[in-house]
Amino acid sequence: MPFRVVLLVTKREPKRRRKKEREEEEENLSEVGKMECVFGLVGNGFAIVVADTSAVHSILVHKSNEDKIMLLDSHKLIAASGEPGDRVQFTEYIQKNVALYQFRNGIPLTTAAAANFTRGELATALRKNPYSVNILLAGYDKETGPSLYYIDYIATLHKLEKGAFGYGSYFSLSLMDRHFHSGMSVEEAVDLVDKCIMEIRSRLVVAPPNFVIKIVDKDGAREYAWRQSVNDTPAPPA
Amino acid sequence: MSRRYDSRTTIFSPEGRLYQVEYAMEAIGNAGTAIGILSKDGVVLVGEKKVTSKLLQTSTSTEKMYKIDDHVACAVAGIMSDANILINTARVQAQRYTLAYQEPMPVEQLVQSLCDTKQGYTQFGGLRPFGVSFLFAGWDKNYGFQLYMSDPSGNYGGWKAAAIGANNQAAQSILKQDYKDEITREEAVQLALKVLSKTMDSTSLTSEKLELAEVFLSPSGKVKYQVCAPETLTKLLVKHGVTQPATETA
Repeated sequence: MPFRVVLLVTKREPKRRRKKEREEEEENLSEVGKMECVFGLVGNGFAIVVADTSAVHSILVHKSNEDKIMLLDSHKLIAASGEPGDRVQFTEYIQKNVALYQFRNGIPLTTAAAANFTRGELATALRKNPYSVNILLAGYDKETGPSLYYIDYIATLHKLEKGAFGYGSYFSLSLMDRHFHSGMSVEEAVDLVDKCIMEIRSRLVVAPPNFVIKIVDKDGAREYAWRQSVNDTPAPPA
Repeated sequence: MSRRYDSRTTIFSPEGRLYQVEYAMEAIGNAGTAIGILSKDGVVLVGEKKVTSKLLQTSTSTEKMYKIDDHVACAVAGIMSDANILINTARVQAQRYTLAYQEPMPVEQLVQSLCDTKQGYTQFGGLRPFGVSFLFAGWDKNYGFQLYMSDPSGNYGGWKAAAIGANNQAAQSILKQDYKDEITREEAVQLALKVLSKTMDSTSLTSEKLELAEVFLSPSGKVKYQVCAPETLTKLLVKHGVTQPATETA
């Protein structure tokens, strides 16, 4: 189980020691959020992103309806995995900056610009106090159509047609390699997404039970469906 | 009495005026004229070079036109040393934007950021404002070709045709009369040269006293900034009949 190193000593440590700690920290960052499943793909005139909805801490599941896909603006979706606090803090920060840009300039950022901005923010933070978040950014632009960007916690940026994060990616990437083709219809894409979810549920030891699917196309970004195998049971009346 | 409101940029006079800013604008009235015209297929900038001395060697080919980024250029009127500072900040802003977003900076945002700098010097005391007016010519994917004019107060606006520098009011009124929507770039060049020939103090228009630059889209769809070579400019002047060839033959 991955645990983050908690620095209890606030006194300035010798440099050699701090470097070692930093390396440990960095090694740790790569383990954070691996049990979360986030994936997405680009179809004909739309992009689709999927995320599990489990809020896990240590060996416990705290919640199984946590929405990890945020609407960045009317035509952008940002799906993120990683340290829960970092995930919320960072995606909200990006969301508010995208909104600020739109207020200031009267024109929205393109998906490419938003992705590059996000990457830049992650890269600046990386050598200071890094966020451990992995991001799939999907969007739709009038000029360029739908697009999907992969941004990981060490600020790698790739424009992809299909992408995934976490242990679930071993299955979702394999399935997408086999069944994905460019110009898929919504039905075909959702079918493939369901295949991925089924495979993750049946093959992954630490598989999350529930998933949320969101779509962005010319009409905007929206929730498409949930795939739930467990429901949070309400507390019995006292 | 009026001295009281002259000495600092940040103080309003009882009539509600900022004298230092007004003086800065006055300073621009002595500089060489620059004219910008927006056409449907590009933006044209024409400037009058003030030839100070025959002995002076200029280090750059243009002294009034500057390229800010691949898609934006500007023409200057006013104190050149002030302008150099602002041009540098504009270039830095443009590159910062491309670094953050990997996209060219929208023209209006660039103009706005520069005007914010200018405005700062009319409010935060102790300094004088920039004695510079700009004409910005550019293209971006949202609004196509654009022309902006800015003054030392930090005001800016989008224009179809604009003039700054000496005799700018005369130039502006001719532009107002002769400008037509749907004007082509070639016609815009002709109009700009005509306006300059009428408003310039010197009798004959020669390529040594002029600068011509254009922003347009190349056939491949890329934005291009092109400065007209002196030889081509001479040919243009003769073609449009704004030069007096008689002076040479006589």
